[in-house]
Amino acid sequence: MDLNLSDEQKLLRESAERFVAESYDAEHRRRIANDPLGFSPAVWKQFAELGWLALPLPEEFGGLGGGAVDIGILMEAFGRGLVSEPYVATVVLGAALIARCGTSEQKQASLPKVAEGSLKLALAHSERAARFDLAKVTTSANKTGQGWRLSGSKIAVLDGHAADAIIVSAHIHDHQGPSGRIGLFLVQATTPGLVISDYPRLGGGRACNIELFDAHLPEDALLGDGSDAVPAIEWAIDRAMAALGAEAVGIMQTLLDTTLDYTKIRKQFGRPLSANQVIRHRLADMAMQVDEARSMALRAALKADSAPIERARAASGAKAKIGKCARFVGEQSIQLHGGMGVTEELEVGAYFKRLVAFDTLFGGSAHHYARHAELSRRAISA
Amino acid sequence: MDLSFNAEERAFQSEVRGFIAKNLTEEMKRATALTPSVFSDPDIGMAWQRALHAQGWGAPGWPVEYGGPDWTPAQRWIFETECARAGVPNVNVMGVKMVGPVIIGFGSPEQKNFYLPRILSGEDYWCQGYSEPGSGSDLSSLKTRAVRDGDDYIINGTKIWTTHAHHANRMFALVRTSDGPRQQDGISFILIDMKTPGITIRPILTIGGDHEVNQVFFDDVRVPVANRVGEEGKGWTYGKYLLEFERGAGIASAKLREGLKAIADLAESDLTGRAIDSPDIATRIAEVEVDIDALEMTELRVLSALQTGQNPGAVSSILKLRNSEIRQAVTRLGADVIGHDALAVEPMRPLYKLNHEPAIPEEMLTVMPEYLNGRAYTIFGGTSEIQRDIIAKMMLGI
Repeated sequence: MDLNLSDEQKLLRESAERFVAESYDAEHRRRIANDPLGFSPAVWKQFAELGWLALPLPEEFGGLGGGAVDIGILMEAFGRGLVSEPYVATVVLGAALIARCGTSEQKQASLPKVAEGSLKLALAHSERAARFDLAKVTTSANKTGQGWRLSGSKIAVLDGHAADAIIVSAHIHDHQGPSGRIGLFLVQATTPGLVISDYPRLGGGRACNIELFDAHLPEDALLGDGSDAVPAIEWAIDRAMAALGAEAVGIMQTLLDTTLDYTKIRKQFGRPLSANQVIRHRLADMAMQVDEARSMALRAALKADSAPIERARAASGAKAKIGKCARFVGEQSIQLHGGMGVTEELEVGAYFKRLVAFDTLFGGSAHHYARHAELSRRAISA
Repeated sequence: MDLSFNAEERAFQSEVRGFIAKNLTEEMKRATALTPSVFSDPDIGMAWQRALHAQGWGAPGWPVEYGGPDWTPAQRWIFETECARAGVPNVNVMGVKMVGPVIIGFGSPEQKNFYLPRILSGEDYWCQGYSEPGSGSDLSSLKTRAVRDGDDYIINGTKIWTTHAHHANRMFALVRTSDGPRQQDGISFILIDMKTPGITIRPILTIGGDHEVNQVFFDDVRVPVANRVGEEGKGWTYGKYLLEFERGAGIASAKLREGLKAIADLAESDLTGRAIDSPDIATRIAEVEVDIDALEMTELRVLSALQTGQNPGAVSSILKLRNSEIRQAVTRLGADVIGHDALAVEPMRPLYKLNHEPAIPEEMLTVMPEYLNGRAYTIFGGTSEIQRDIIAKMMLGI
């Protein structure tokens, strides 16, 4: 039992924190927020040079073989600067699914490119009618003589507008009809019949809805052997929730630090706000919740490779708990900044909005407490 | 980073399990499960302390030279966790975990030689004389006075919330020996034989129906000066040292998990008409379980820091606060899970020796007393409000 960072992990944390502190300031964030791309290609190139895009990828495909804890270290630093590069979409979701489901040809074709920064990916899985049910997919993939024809709609595709290829989940219909299996298809961004409508995402970066109108794909667009991909999707999203949880911790820590500074400087009734016990206790509660969130993010990362039920319970527990803490810390940060907290003139709002986006993404606290309860029942009966 | 235990730690875990299997009797287990107050009664608690002592495990936190087992923080965690899982008696901590460390840190050689072995063996049973009716959170305003008379102090005053004073043969107390410029000055730390003439004990019943705490009165109680620990007037320093021990043990999650499991078992039972089928109850169980996961992880993070000699800082206040809040959430859940049976609060004690058929199933007997008595968790050992003050001051620097 040892939860101390290794020397490599300490270095990773230092370099990530330094990078964010130097390259990501309010000015940079403001510029990026108005940019149609929503992030900086130059920064993405630096990510590649620093080895961060290769970090969790398998070594035989140009990766560094890092784990979920390493990603968490990086993501917490990203959170502090409200980084908007498509790291989760490309590396944590996209590349991870190819690494898990793809054939060795498919991995060889994609993963080294991800590592070097020349291939960006996204996952299109959520559908409006499915809400947060990961097994509910109506998009269909029909087998043809030459390959596949995909039809359907997806929503909330993180960074899909910037992706060179989007991984789309769809019900496989082979020559015998519906197979009952969900497959993952690598759809090139230039594919005719793929329509991307992107929008600025709450809290920074961009997302999109996509429509597939009978989009023709080659035979090898299907990742792997076509066995049901739902367990892999659950695995990838559990890991993404752990990563995003770590990012939320970084955001919350920044909000706590900023709010603490503000309450020391801001004077009313002739004394700093922080001289009031009601304010001090609020800040103590915020600090406590940041710490609890940090524990849960680490826990989810440490259990990211555990057996499915244990992994999923840790991920849902983290998502639910961090989401709850994030709402509290975010809302109280605004409250303690007073009227200014509600304006775009301070960055508190931007950090808060990213936390709200975190809480919403892949299902809010209520959904994940319910999933946790359901998984506990399954764990007992198993 | 690694959450799992290494081979040595696993071997130690088996050793602890073996010890428990051999020494924990069914009687002790049942009595512990049916005790709705913080500590087991001495007949149960001291039987367990004697078994621990025979194994050389009587005082896990003490240095080896005084009889400690020289465990690593991970071993202490494993020990506490296994004990909680098995449901061993809750030994009164006033001796081993509270006065023991103070005597070790600040006592004279004579005091160490006399008291420490008697704490280990369970021969002495200690209570704590800190709070007074007028001095709760503002502890250093205490007024119980010790006036020097030759080789004795003569003590007058009163102490309150004295856990197990009615069982104890010794008390460690903070008393005022002089009036300094600050109210923290002039306090001394003194060891009192409870059989000394002039001591009276008034029982205080808590709202769950238990007699665990008392008020103790001192009328011209004569205590030898040799019973003072450390320097006269420096008692506040020693007392604070002890309070850090009271808050900072930091291994509470395993016990919370067992408490929640008992409630979840009830919720899944026909005894409650399967309360778990209500989505509200199921979700609240999940919420509390996740809170325990977070606390456990924080405990393990602190433990890892301790293993490498780092100082975890004010996090002991976070652990105390969360432990007490989660414990209350568990007991609140219990009160809701048992439904109408919450109305039947059994008044007789001990619950493991009732001489009549209780109105509700045995599994439910402690639920309401624990809920009611459990309101005290956020009050004793420094209220939640005081803990928040400490976090604001020590962690946030405001």
